[in-house]
Amino acid sequence: MSLNAIKAAFEKAHSEGRKALMPFLMSGHPDAEGFARNLAEAGRYADVIEVGVPFSDPLADGPVIQAAAAQALKAGTSLASTLAAIARRKSGPPVVLMLSFNQVLAHGLDEFAARLAEAGVSGAIVPDLPFEESDALQLAFTQHGLAFVSMLAPTTCASRMKTILEQAYGFVYLISVAGVTGTRDTYPSETIEYIRTAAQIARVPVCVGFGISKPQHIEQLREHAAGFIVGSALIRSIDQGGTIADILAPLREACDATITTGTNQ
Amino acid sequence: MTTAEKTRGRFGIYGGQYVPETLIANLNELEAAYDVAQADPTFAAELELTLREFVGRSTPLYFAERLSTDWGGRVFLKREDLTHTGAHKINNAVGQALLAKRLGKTRVVAETGAGQHGVATAAACARLGLECIVYMGALDCERQRPNVERMKLLGATVVPCEAGSRNLKIAINEAIRDWICRPADTHYLIGSVVGPHPYPTIVRDFQSVIGREAREQILQREGQLPDAVIACVGGGSNAMGIFAGFVDDDVELHGVEAGGHGTTHAAPLNSGTPGVLHGAMQYLLQDDDGQILDTHSIAAGLDYPGVGPEHSFLRDIERAKYHVVRDDEAVSAFKELSRNEGIIPAVESSHALAYAKRLLSERPGLSVIVNLSGRGDKDLPSLMERGLL
Repeated sequence: MSLNAIKAAFEKAHSEGRKALMPFLMSGHPDAEGFARNLAEAGRYADVIEVGVPFSDPLADGPVIQAAAAQALKAGTSLASTLAAIARRKSGPPVVLMLSFNQVLAHGLDEFAARLAEAGVSGAIVPDLPFEESDALQLAFTQHGLAFVSMLAPTTCASRMKTILEQAYGFVYLISVAGVTGTRDTYPSETIEYIRTAAQIARVPVCVGFGISKPQHIEQLREHAAGFIVGSALIRSIDQGGTIADILAPLREACDATITTGTNQ
Repeated sequence: MTTAEKTRGRFGIYGGQYVPETLIANLNELEAAYDVAQADPTFAAELELTLREFVGRSTPLYFAERLSTDWGGRVFLKREDLTHTGAHKINNAVGQALLAKRLGKTRVVAETGAGQHGVATAAACARLGLECIVYMGALDCERQRPNVERMKLLGATVVPCEAGSRNLKIAINEAIRDWICRPADTHYLIGSVVGPHPYPTIVRDFQSVIGREAREQILQREGQLPDAVIACVGGGSNAMGIFAGFVDDDVELHGVEAGGHGTTHAAPLNSGTPGVLHGAMQYLLQDDDGQILDTHSIAAGLDYPGVGPEHSFLRDIERAKYHVVRDDEAVSAFKELSRNEGIIPAVESSHALAYAKRLLSERPGLSVIVNLSGRGDKDLPSLMERGLL
């Protein structure tokens, strides 16, 4: 598993005429066993899986993911326990971690990258590490064959978007609307324009996250996006005792629906 | 702008901009606006007038005669407790509120610990007609009740934050999240020299009026500089403010962190390690997996696991020394100043007083300025409930 595994996953989805689906699970949520089960189950629907490592003070997360993180932390979830759970998988789609930069720093950048690679993780998303601060971690990731996933926000200006996309690895995570993670009803027309602009410049797949919870969201945005990330909706469903399939099966269908218009990655 | 060009936000390895991508545009906008404002004589005049007529500056440098006799030295107090709203926080609040207005923002969010920054921000916003939302840990809402009422009276919306430690750290998390959700119309009016660049610089600059005045006042009164300047450090804004006036002089700088009960504390410069919290590299109380630890201090305004990046740098280069004062020592100093000088200090500032006493007992005869960053009325209900008065 590596940067190459991510590339392969997107290429496969593209060649089969599908959009990639990237579910987000919180490590240690609802408990260690539940997480391991959900990780396996989500693998049946996912092209790539995002695994959050809980942090005591997340900035970019809405209430649903915050609560899941707090619960997981209380139960003793750590980077080590997360990597162990991922390493135990016998098969499944590539995994990228999502965590705060302090959780990376605490282990040292190179050591962190080495441990991810060893556990079979393909890369990481570090939402509080913007482009300007990311050189050293990007270098460590490159040396270990991992993808450092960049993010774009609706507030990212055009020149900055270009710079970020020119140096993007694996895929780029496009934050659909200004805000924290959480679900929304519909997307404004600017969002579609912004995805289109990013997709035109990007050499890697553009994946849309924040607010994706229903097939309609994917239908509305899929023309230009290569993949969709679903987080809060999935975590909420798990909290309410629902199955992984309840949420992911319809989203998988929406991602698989034949694309009749426009271009994609 | 390349990575190499962007070094302005660094104090040694500390500082920087570790924030979600959504906020980068706001930080760039703020930095640009601040640069323009600094070069604009109209802004300087507006700020100066506000500080004089609304805040009540300059504040006196008070010679504490009885304390000086008792402690064996010359003790001066920089009376930030006499500013409008009762603490140094107002210096920064009015400055940033003027900036927010220039930026065309209509809505201001702030965090508060002791409530002093919340009250100052609410007052500054009321004066300029800005909507004001203050995030405050639920624990702090309980222990600083008078300030919650004051904020409401000033027209602010106070949002109690129930998560985790229910204190300042959580309030900052919530304020930043609010800002991420409404970056276009909202200014985040951060209350200390923490957070991503350019905040630590902006807040220090607005607070540096304390040091400028104190330096002038002591020279006028004593004909010479003091031996030492002492201030309490939570995030560290009152300390940076007074240190700024003396950092280029041959004057000792002493910061005082909250020692809590001893075992649980809020003293990252003494017991922490470098890490990233709330947008900046700084000393932090954290575990070996990078999780931020819970803190304790009797002083809500010091109850924070991190500290400003510039303090982190001053510690490393040993330009300033940082000490620890426990809850009980601070409460003793609180009482001592009240009884011997007729001044009720904030329990935060009492940490600095307690260290001044310790310093003079170790090295009698020194001339010291203690930054009396705020007044203590807000602390009475909480201290009385605990049976500490």
